[in-house]
Amino acid sequence: MHGKGLRALSLVTFAALAATFALVFFYAPLDADQGFIQKIFYLHVPVAIVTLVAYVVAAGFAIAHLRTGNRQWDLRSYTTIHIALIFNIVGLVTGSIWAKASWGHWWVWDEPTLVSFLIVFLLFATYQPLRFSIEDPERQARYASVFSIMGGAFVPLNFIAVREATGYVHPRVLASTDGGLPGSMAFVFVIAIISVALLFATIVAYEISSKNTSWQIRALRRRALGDDAVTPLGRTAAPTMGTSLRGAS
Amino acid sequence: MATAPAIELRGVGRRYGERLALVDVSVSVPAGATLVVFGPNGAGKSTLLRMLATLLRPHAGSARILGEPLPKRDWEVRGRIGLLAHEGMLYRDLSARENLRFHARLHKLPERRVEELLERSELLPRANDPVRTLSRGLLQRVAVCRSVLHDPELLLLDEPRANLDPAARALIEPLIGRVSGRTRVVTSHDPAGGLAEADIALGLRGGRTELLAPAAEVDTIAIEALYR
Amino acid sequence: MRPSLALLRKDLLLERRAPESVPAMLLFSLTTFVLFHFGIGRDEVTGSLAAGVLLVTLLFAAILGINRLFVSEHEEGGFDAVLMAPIDRTAFFFAKAGALFVFLVLVEIVAMAGFSILLLGVSPWPTLPGLILVLVLLNIALSTVGTLVSALAIQTRARDLIVPLVGLPMLVPALIAAARACAPLFAAGGPGSIPGKWLLVLGLYDLVFGLLAYAVFEFLLED
Repeated sequence: MHGKGLRALSLVTFAALAATFALVFFYAPLDADQGFIQKIFYLHVPVAIVTLVAYVVAAGFAIAHLRTGNRQWDLRSYTTIHIALIFNIVGLVTGSIWAKASWGHWWVWDEPTLVSFLIVFLLFATYQPLRFSIEDPERQARYASVFSIMGGAFVPLNFIAVREATGYVHPRVLASTDGGLPGSMAFVFVIAIISVALLFATIVAYEISSKNTSWQIRALRRRALGDDAVTPLGRTAAPTMGTSLRGAS
Repeated sequence: MATAPAIELRGVGRRYGERLALVDVSVSVPAGATLVVFGPNGAGKSTLLRMLATLLRPHAGSARILGEPLPKRDWEVRGRIGLLAHEGMLYRDLSARENLRFHARLHKLPERRVEELLERSELLPRANDPVRTLSRGLLQRVAVCRSVLHDPELLLLDEPRANLDPAARALIEPLIGRVSGRTRVVTSHDPAGGLAEADIALGLRGGRTELLAPAAEVDTIAIEALYR
Repeated sequence: MRPSLALLRKDLLLERRAPESVPAMLLFSLTTFVLFHFGIGRDEVTGSLAAGVLLVTLLFAAILGINRLFVSEHEEGGFDAVLMAPIDRTAFFFAKAGALFVFLVLVEIVAMAGFSILLLGVSPWPTLPGLILVLVLLNIALSTVGTLVSALAIQTRARDLIVPLVGLPMLVPALIAAARACAPLFAAGGPGSIPGKWLLVLGLYDLVFGLLAYAVFEFLLED
């Protein structure tokens, strides 16, 4: 059985997102300088943080895969990177919109988070082509894990390098006298991070259980109809589960 | 032959995605004996050889080579196995001598072992030419030298005589033939010739064992049936 | 260490017998300098522009070498023969990284001469001590990460695409650090001192990715 606890997770995520939505629009104070557009901050920054953390977590899964040889870890690593890539694109687009609103340009090179976010995207965008170009599923999983571990270490290192390279740092959140984040904003911000993280976890959980279920169905079909009745798998970037050698004959 | 078997496979399997390259192969080969593996292309012969060479790990079952369990202690048997594959496993732009010297260094062998082998296989006149300029027969002789350079206890031969004329066959016979005294696993498409040098015959088809018997009890008709 | 040296010696001998990587990397570098001259429309470059032109060129040239690093092993199955030898598999990593390092040094010596003559707007001599330091650190990054990426790509169906696709983004932090470190060396008013911060970042990259590549390399060899 796959997908245990998915319903509870989905409900919690939905509730958290609804609460965040309400807080962002009705509770968080309007930014003094930037006005309404500053609210994109509650989307962009949490998405960026969750994405970067997800890449590092995926590296952890990859280590577990190489240590244990259990392909479920590869599936977790793959799915995490897959969803993180989508979040990465969302983060780039929202960041770009925010840059346009705040500084008048669609792209700013002196904003380290945004720049390092782009570089990280360019690296992880090669994850799928790499997998796709390896046919043997076992080797594909192993090589993908090696990539994923390197990528996990790349994220913080790249951030350090880019941050040092950008001369000065824009005030990230503006408009309070002491330069810090006003209490009510910080509160909403934390809630937003939690909701986005929950959303991420929910999508990943759905994807993993969907993959596991389709593997199971395939294995059952092969058992019921015979190996030759089921169309062979084409080349794919996604992990595939090999047939069990024990019950094969 | 009271010693432990040189090869002991129990229910060994290897998959390639959903395809099964090798299923439930169990075979035991005493030290010094010769196992000949028959089977059509794609039967799993090469997969079996590569697995015995520690290059592929078994996905199922247990394997013991020269007394050591694989893949857990494969580093114990590395350097005690010689593999002669379809590809020569040589660097094309280096000469025969340079290729062999390189492998001698990896195996910590003295250079006179290289010279000795070059002489025995009558390669000395061409020993300094890049191997890419050698004919297929000469190339195969260099590859044979490479595979027995470190005097391996277990020799894995993938159709070793495919490109050789009778004279060259006679030349390498002491190195890779039965008289070498090594435990051997040989793949073959030649029923009569294969059976003649076998102690045990193994027939594979589609990765599964179709035939496993002492060579004396097998006739060529049973082998030919594998290819039908 | 000895098996590493035997492997390294074999790689250098191969390159001497059938020179492929080094001449290609060299010609590529010189051509790229010419292209930069016309592309940016300058007769002379200094400062961060000079550092950028030089290092981006070297990075791209390195990609050529990375692409070919394992080809000789792959072609005739020499890979397998080495894997069956009683040697530590990490010896393979050190040997390949070492070979790439040597190739890069050879290329850089000639490329630097060409760069000084063709494009560089300041005298190259006073910059040399600092430049050598930065290039050594950069070469460590290129050769360790390059060896890993090369081994990763050799077993794929699209080797020549995978190497630049994976390798270039992976090397971005090293390039940032090396370019920033070099920029003051080529300053128009005579070489300034290298910001220690960037040597630190480059060293950190070498350390982290060198160790990591070394640690995960073995998983690329096992089947």
